[in-house]
Order: sequence, then structure tokens, then C-alpha cells
Amino acid sequence: MRKVAVIAIGYTKVKEHWGLSIRDLFTEAAIMALNEVTIDRVDALYVGNMSSGYCQHQEHLGALMADYIGLKSPPAVKIEAAGASGGMALREGFQAVASGLHDFVIVGGVEKMSDVLTPDITYAMAMAADQEYEAFIGVTFAALNAMIKRAYQHKFGVSDELMATLPVHCHDMASKNPYAQYPFKITVEQVLSSPFVAEPLRLLECSSPADGAAILILCPLEKAKEFTDTPIEIVGVGAATDAIALYQRDDLTTFKATIEAANIAYKMAHIKPEEVDVAEIHDSFSVTGVISLEDLGFFEKGTAAKAISEGEIAPGGKIAVNTFGGLKARGHPIGATGVYQAVEIVKQLRGEAGKNQVDNAEIGLTQNIGGVGGTVTVHIFRRVR
Amino acid sequence: MSVPRYWREIPSRYRLIGSKCVNCGKTYFPPRRVCRECGSVSLEEVKLSEQGRIITWATVYDPPRGFEKYVPYIVAIVELDDGTRIMTQITDCEPDEIHVGTRVYAVFRKIREEGESGIIYYGYKFKPLK
Amino acid sequence: MTKEAGIIGYGAYIPMYRIKACEIGKIWGNHNGHVPIMEKAVAGIDEDLVTISVEAAKYAIRRAKIDPKEIGAVYIGTESKPYAVKPSGTIVAEAIGATPLVVTADFEFACKAGTEAFQACIDHVLSGRIKYAMAIGADTAQGRPGDQLEYTAASGGAAFIFTKRSNKTLAYCEGAVSFVTDTPDFWRRAHEHYPMHAERFTGEPAYFYHIINSVRTLMENMGLKPSDFKYAVFHQPNAKFPVKVAKKLGFTMDQIKPGLLSPYIGNCYAGSSLVGFAATLDIANPGDRILLASYGSGAGSDAFSFVVQDIILEKRNPIPSVRDMIGVRKYIDYSTYVKFRGKIRA
Repeated sequence: MRKVAVIAIGYTKVKEHWGLSIRDLFTEAAIMALNEVTIDRVDALYVGNMSSGYCQHQEHLGALMADYIGLKSPPAVKIEAAGASGGMALREGFQAVASGLHDFVIVGGVEKMSDVLTPDITYAMAMAADQEYEAFIGVTFAALNAMIKRAYQHKFGVSDELMATLPVHCHDMASKNPYAQYPFKITVEQVLSSPFVAEPLRLLECSSPADGAAILILCPLEKAKEFTDTPIEIVGVGAATDAIALYQRDDLTTFKATIEAANIAYKMAHIKPEEVDVAEIHDSFSVTGVISLEDLGFFEKGTAAKAISEGEIAPGGKIAVNTFGGLKARGHPIGATGVYQAVEIVKQLRGEAGKNQVDNAEIGLTQNIGGVGGTVTVHIFRRVR
Repeated sequence: MSVPRYWREIPSRYRLIGSKCVNCGKTYFPPRRVCRECGSVSLEEVKLSEQGRIITWATVYDPPRGFEKYVPYIVAIVELDDGTRIMTQITDCEPDEIHVGTRVYAVFRKIREEGESGIIYYGYKFKPLK
Repeated sequence: MTKEAGIIGYGAYIPMYRIKACEIGKIWGNHNGHVPIMEKAVAGIDEDLVTISVEAAKYAIRRAKIDPKEIGAVYIGTESKPYAVKPSGTIVAEAIGATPLVVTADFEFACKAGTEAFQACIDHVLSGRIKYAMAIGADTAQGRPGDQLEYTAASGGAAFIFTKRSNKTLAYCEGAVSFVTDTPDFWRRAHEHYPMHAERFTGEPAYFYHIINSVRTLMENMGLKPSDFKYAVFHQPNAKFPVKVAKKLGFTMDQIKPGLLSPYIGNCYAGSSLVGFAATLDIANPGDRILLASYGSGAGSDAFSFVVQDIILEKRNPIPSVRDMIGVRKYIDYSTYVKFRGKIRA
């Protein structure tokens, strides 16, 4: 297997882009990435997206985007794994280069949720769940995570105040991020007085519908220095699935798929969790982020929220987490999120993170979840010396 | 929702029919062909228990399309007395009347309607045992 | 004649929501407090004729201790069909596990549709062609907002499983009469949402005329008089009519009291007399003779005489009695009521 590097990144601001179509969004991010490097061919394109069929009535995104970003007929495909579409697209791109089949690969993620009304967005997001036996009876994605929150609090006794520290932290980070969806701080009091979306989850504990696109250009590490002074190597690639229906899980307070994916990635990268300097984790909801921190091995089960309240994930703490705002505050354009996370780790490891820069960031990790842990991808990146 | 998709699931939704693995005994809802535990393809149809307890639950305030008139409503994971878990609504009660562990029993209710002229979807819900 | 048709199981279901008649009166300017009942049962927002029928039917099957696959007929008598065309009976039959070898139909004859179903089931089992035949009378009756009938139009129903009389049946039928004329006292045209009624005309020429005639004919045919009956159950559109017709026919308050539920649950139309009958069976003893007389607008009355058998004593627990069920209730206000009953145009 060849080593793989990221040589360019591109992305759009995360917001409701009323004036941009899904192809406009993808193209804008692609142009930014293609401007960073001069490559004379692209061998394959992977487009992570969850709901273009429902929201835009558009499938066949691979071929569509390949055309619109000006590529010369490469193989192209839409990769879908609910919220983990971006992470899985990255994995596909990595496999293509690592295997030796392709040299230059574009990995992108895009989602355009604002084309449909809110109840339809809620309906679309529930497609990540079991349609016939969860969505059929009116379960929403927020309700699933609310059930997880109740089970977690029941088991570990973690208060709503402590749970609220994660969205507060993420907003803190986003306040210095010019492309974030919500670039402003919030307080624990604001979180706890926001209305319930699905009790016990409140509005400010939930990521919001958003539009956005993010791009990575990959190539074999051995060639990377020809194109950039700061190639970032992908050193660990892990993914796993679990039953998508929440009620079919044994333990509602952990995502087995995160633990499995992380173990594979750590093993491949020859590192332990303590060695990760900066992580972009999947905080679709407060509780999901808290559980992810524990499942990734950064904190003991039941203790992550307390650790957050003690500053352990802020710059200078044990590990810098969601340094550009995470899903809550940078935003969560579903199929694009996994790629935004990778873009952010690349910025950190390159030293290009501006006001959010983590000092001496050598090793970064991204974790991307589909559904309530039905699919999880974990990628580990290392600065190339 | 398409008529065939609804019709196909009727026995499971109307009568709580699941599967039981002949080899290892694990029960599933809805019915399935392959056992996740042991990989066996010998599963038989089984009628599941109609009583159980609440494992966790949430109250929906932001509904998906089609459920607007029912808000707020309670959704829960219930563990039936035979060990099978299902996802269901809890009806005929307020959120403050239930907690983790509340015993509930199955009732037959309307899930929703496809507008004024589409078909009506029926299925199971659960309500607290008094 | 019919003495070989018996009931092997019965069950009733009343939704738990109640609205007080005075709460309705408040909205519609009835401040003198003259209301025809105290409170009525309201179907929850996720309940309808089909769900109520399924619950009643399941209790009946539990009480009967039979395999639902052996039920050969399922008839629903109602005027609240959720589909104008598509049988409610098939949904109920599927839900209780009686499909696919079952005769099914929805009957309509206003409030006597449930006892219509009785007539058909009795003949099914007498002919020997069908082993178990289930008759359900249930409704989620709509009252026009502001109309007199809004005080009483309620939700509820009961199911009865008929079979050949044996020592397993808890009551047998010893006589049945149907007295029918074309009398337009109350009706609903095909695409209308709410019914119309002819006010005072619904009394003497309608309710009273038909019930009095069906019951007198039954008693004449069988050589019985009111005192031969332990209990009598009449269709209960309000609290006054059943008391008045009982008196006219020579029945006492003690005879009708166990089955007189309209003051507490309102008029559940095709379920009305059947729920009263179920409540009476809940407390009756072996050997008791019970009169059941329904009334359906349009118009007609079915009258039956049932005699309770020994096994009834074993058939009580653990199925909740009708009174137990009525005791579990939650009061709602008028705005919740109109939301539940779909009266708000959104």
C-alpha cells in the first residue's frame, strides 16, 4: 500500500446559501482547492452527500460534479453513508491512491439542505435511521439523540449544565472562524434556556441544517512535495458499521462503531489516543460529542463533560477539540462535514489555522458519524517532516 | 409512503410479529432472515410479548413532515418481556407520567394519515400500565 | 327458534379522554346548566373507529380464550368509518389475526349497526357454517359544533363473539326481533361532515316508537313480561330517553341501572347499547335474563333476550370491566377536544 498525502484543500462558508445551487457550492470549493496546486489531471472524483435525491431530486452527483468542476471524464461516484458520507468519501479516495490505482484524486463533500422546508429537512435527516421501524412512528434524528442523552445521563449522572459545556466550547472556537455558520460565543445559561427540540435535547445543543462544500486533493506521498511544501500524510484509516436502528443496540451510551474504527486507525498509525494533538469530532448533538470523546479514548466513560468544563479540550488542555467550531458552530452540512473536518486538521497541521492555531500540532484525528453510530469513520493525519 | 411498503409490514406492525433464531434463540423485531448473533438462516416467525418496560425516551417538539398535528409526542425504546427491544410511541400520557423503567403495554393506534385522501397508517403504540 | 346461539366472549373499549358537558356549554352560551349528560368520552388524536374496535375485539378474544384464526366472520357496525370505501373490518380482522379465511363487512344503520351485526352473527352460527362470528358496534361520533347533539356524541365500542351455545358460552340468545321503518329522524348525506337531525321528531315517532314495538313484539313472541327480565339495556342517546322508554315499557330503574352509562360516557352511537350490555354482563349472574334493545335512526330497533350461563363467573378476571375502564379518565378542555376531533380547519 502506498502512503497518501493531502496536497490541497477548498471549502465554502457554511450557511444557507440561497443563491447557490448544489453544483455551484461544490464548484466554489473545488476552484479554491484547484487554485492551491497545479495538477494536470484528476484520476477520480468521490462526492460525499446524503440527501441530494430528496432535497434536489438529483442523483448521479459524481458525473454531474466532475463535469461542472471541469474535469476530463474521470471515474466519479456519489458516496453515501448518512452523516459519515464525507468521511467515507475520504476513505474511498485514500483507497484509490493507496492501492496504486490512481494518483490524483479529488475527495469532496457537499450538502444543500436549505432547498427544502424545515419539516422536510427533519424528514430527510430521519432517512439515516430505520425508515420502517423508527422514522415510520415519528422518530426524528434529534429524538434518537435525545434518547441517547437520557440513557447517558441516567447511567452516568451527568447534569444538563455539564452537557452544555461542549456546545459552549464549540461556539468559542467558531467565534474566531470566518467561514463558520455561527461565529459567535454562547453561554451555558443560553443553552439551558433554549427551547426543546426533542426533550431532553435543547435547540442550542443541536447542530442546525446548513449548506456547504469542502474538498481535498490527494496524491501519493512520494509525489506530494512536487506540489506543496506542506503535504499532510493520512496515516490511519478506520471505519466500522453497527445496526442503524438505535433500539437494536445493547449499550445506548457508547458507539461501538467509533471504538472499532478508532482502534483500526490507531493501530494503522502506530499511535495511542494520548498522542493526538488536535481532533475534529462529530458533535451533531452535545451528547454525541461527549460520547465520541470517550469512545475515541480521550477520556474515561462518563467523564468527558466534566473534563470539558475543566478546560481539557480548549487550546492548552489535554487535547484541542473542534478548533473551528465543530458541527454545532462551524456547521454540519451533512455529507460535507467529514471533509470539513479533514480540511480543518490539515490547516492545523500545516500551521495555517490562524486565530485557532494549536501550537506544535503534529498529529490530528477526524471522527465522522452516520446516523446514530450506524457508520463511523476515523482518520488520522500527520505532519510530514 | 408507497402503498406496497406499508402493506408489506402489516403483520409486524399490527400483530408484533418478529423472528426467533432457531439456533441461538435471539429474537428480532422486525422479522429478518439472518441472525446477527450466530449467522444462522434458520429463523422462525414468532409473536412477541405485548408488555415491557421503558429503556429510554424523548418528547418530540420538532416534528418531521406528516406528524405536525401530534406534537408534542413521546417516542421510546421499550424492552418487551421476552427481551426484544422496539422503538415506539408512548400514548395517552404526559411526559411527566413516565420514567426509565415504567411498565407499558401495547395498544393499536393510528400512526398518521397520508393527508385527507391518502391511506391511514396503523400500528402499535404503548401506554403505561396502571 | 334461536336458543342455540351463544356468546363466548365480549369486550368493550372506552377512550380515556372526557369532556364535561358544561365545558361545551360554556363555549356555546349555555349558561343555565341544562345539559343532557354529565360528560362524554372523546377519542384521542391517534384513535378512530378501527383502533377502538381492535381493542374491544382483543378483550373479547381474551375472554373467549379462542384462537383468533378460527373466527370466521368479523362485522363492524358503525357510522364513523374512516374510509367511506374500504372496509374497516379488514383492518380489524388483520389486527386480531382472523385473516384470511373470514367474512367481513362494515354495517351501517346509525346507532343500531352493532346489533345489525348481532343478527347476522346469530344466523351464521345457527346455520353451522361459521364456528365463531364476531359483531362489533363502535363509533367516534361527530357532533356539529354548537348543536344539541355535540353534548352527547361520543366514542366507544364493544365486541361480542358468537358461537353455538354450549357450556363454554356465557350467555345464549333466546329471541331476536328487528323492527324497521323508513323514518328520517337523523341522517348524514354522503359528503357532509356532520349529521342533521329533526329535533323533537327524533323522540316519539322515532326512538320511542321503534323500541317500544321491537320490545313488545319480542315479549309477545316469547310470552315474556318485563318482570321476567333481571336487566334491560336500551340505546342511550342521552340520560333521559332510556329511563323514559323503560318506564313506558314497564321496566324499573333497578333493571336498567347497571347498563345505563350515557351520563358518564355520552352516546357512542353504534356502541351505545352494546357497551351497556357489556357492563350488564360484567355484573350479571347465571340464570339472569337480559333484554337488549338498540335503536338506529332511519329507523329501526333490534330487541334480543339473552340468558346468562354458569361460566360467566369464570369470565370476569383479569379483563377490566366497563366500569373499571370508565373510571380511568382524563379531562380535556374544548380546544383540546376540537383538535382531537379534527374540527379545526387548518
